[in-house]
Amino acid sequence: MDGKLGGGFRLVHLLLIVPLAAQLWVPFYNRALPALDGVPFFYWYQILWVALTALCLFIVYRADGAK
Amino acid sequence: MSAALIVFIALFLLVTVMGFFAARWRAGDMSQLAEWGLGGRRFGSIITWFMLGGDLYTAYTFVAVPALVFASGAVGFFAVPYAAMAYIFMYFAFPRFWSVARAKGYVTGADFVRGRFGSRTLALAIALTGIVATMPYIALQLVGMEVVLAGLGLHGEWPLIVAFVILAAYTYASGIRAPAMIAVVKDILIYATVIAAIVVIPAELGGYAKIFAGVSAKNLLLSANPFANPGMFSYGTLAFGSALALFLYPHAATGVMAASNRNAIKRNAVALPAYSLVLGLVALLGFMALAAGVKAMPQYADGFKTFGNNYAVPALFLRMFPGWFVGVAFAAIAIGALVPAAIMSIACANLFTRNIYREYFRRDCTPAHESQVARIVSLFVKLGALVFILEGQAKTAIELQLLGGIWIIQTLPAILIGLYSRWLNGRALLIGWVCGMGAGTWMAAQSGFKASVYVLHIGSLALPCYAALSSLALNLAVSVVLSWLFNAISAPRIDATAAEDYA
Repeated sequence: MDGKLGGGFRLVHLLLIVPLAAQLWVPFYNRALPALDGVPFFYWYQILWVALTALCLFIVYRADGAK
Repeated sequence: MSAALIVFIALFLLVTVMGFFAARWRAGDMSQLAEWGLGGRRFGSIITWFMLGGDLYTAYTFVAVPALVFASGAVGFFAVPYAAMAYIFMYFAFPRFWSVARAKGYVTGADFVRGRFGSRTLALAIALTGIVATMPYIALQLVGMEVVLAGLGLHGEWPLIVAFVILAAYTYASGIRAPAMIAVVKDILIYATVIAAIVVIPAELGGYAKIFAGVSAKNLLLSANPFANPGMFSYGTLAFGSALALFLYPHAATGVMAASNRNAIKRNAVALPAYSLVLGLVALLGFMALAAGVKAMPQYADGFKTFGNNYAVPALFLRMFPGWFVGVAFAAIAIGALVPAAIMSIACANLFTRNIYREYFRRDCTPAHESQVARIVSLFVKLGALVFILEGQAKTAIELQLLGGIWIIQTLPAILIGLYSRWLNGRALLIGWVCGMGAGTWMAAQSGFKASVYVLHIGSLALPCYAALSSLALNLAVSVVLSWLFNAISAPRIDATAAEDYA
């Protein structure tokens, strides 16, 4: 099985639920600690997830291949 | 003349020359709308990255997001997850949009809706929504420019008028090639400014711990009560709703359609979050302005009096940077206003020409006439925005832009779902659109157009939800129920697109 379910959908696309959940579950990151170099958790967590969202998209892009 | 002003004017002149020169870059036949308005669909991945970056992260964004953080703290940070999640939707839907636009020669989102659902009335509704949502956004770019011009000591109407006349002239001459080329300069200046800011300013202020120590407990985090307003629930809905809406804006769609290949869209969805990272750092500048205490300093009192908290970042730069670098930073913001203003006016001109003028007034319009009308309309769109701001209507523009987000999301069922399915019925979508527009506008009106969050009362629960999302839910419900009904009683309309057009 190559993970293809038709309509262009592939199992690897489900990976993108992770960044959505991580950023939409606000109670998880609405806290000050642990701070990073003085930056409260709330702020560095969200900035980190910008990079992690791009990483997830990159993984999906590589798995999809150019087409 | 100050060092800041000399550097600023030099950079401004550079992009002006580039703007006019751009017409000759990969020159095409400007009497075709797809040449003037989409650069002949010939932009590769890298130019698309610069252009969409310049287009989506506007001058107003870089002024208003830190201003909101400066004034209200954590609440203003929702722009960061918003600007990350938007690319997930871009990755999936917009390669399909690019393909069908290329296959069928579509220049606007409304063109696609017209073809997919065979309804010119629905296409008109989509086009009008795009135009009214974008116009105030153009006006806000002028606000962003006005703020930095004042920071340079350039007051009055003339500097703004001169900047906009130049912009209008090279957009008319070069079309989208002008902002695409200028965006490269703008983005490099923005990256330089932001990197310098986050290296220099925290060091000057004694580190991040000290910067955040000065933030009040109320502003440092969101309320512990999830359903407070503002609170965690409203924060999540604002981020999610804004992310859904971003690529429905005509200027985003225009940038997507100008790409030369489908893969460029996917690669950009992966690479564009680099700008969101910058946005996150820019948002932190709001706290730095707070820690620097610029609001209490007499030399910035005038600026704060005129522009409110939007003056926080310019004041911070004036306080922290040497004169010549203030020129670089302010040029980055001012040029950052030109790029989106040009693309937005082109997008509005394309919508007007394709979906209103040609559809309703001149069915027999030649391609050359179509292109000429669009070029003239782009002038009027910018003139309208200029008059609006010079008349002192900046506050109205902010309120209208807030409404614009609620309005533009009402095109989601027709455009985003339409990219995947033809099941929804054109007439049902139109009625759903009317319901969504009405409900969303009404919800915003309840706060006197000051807030985009409306409290929904469900049983004993009071849910503060971004009005764009709740009105979209109504729009979707109406569209689905009526589509089921209409599809049962009437023959389906003709779909001008086929499954292979989307691949």
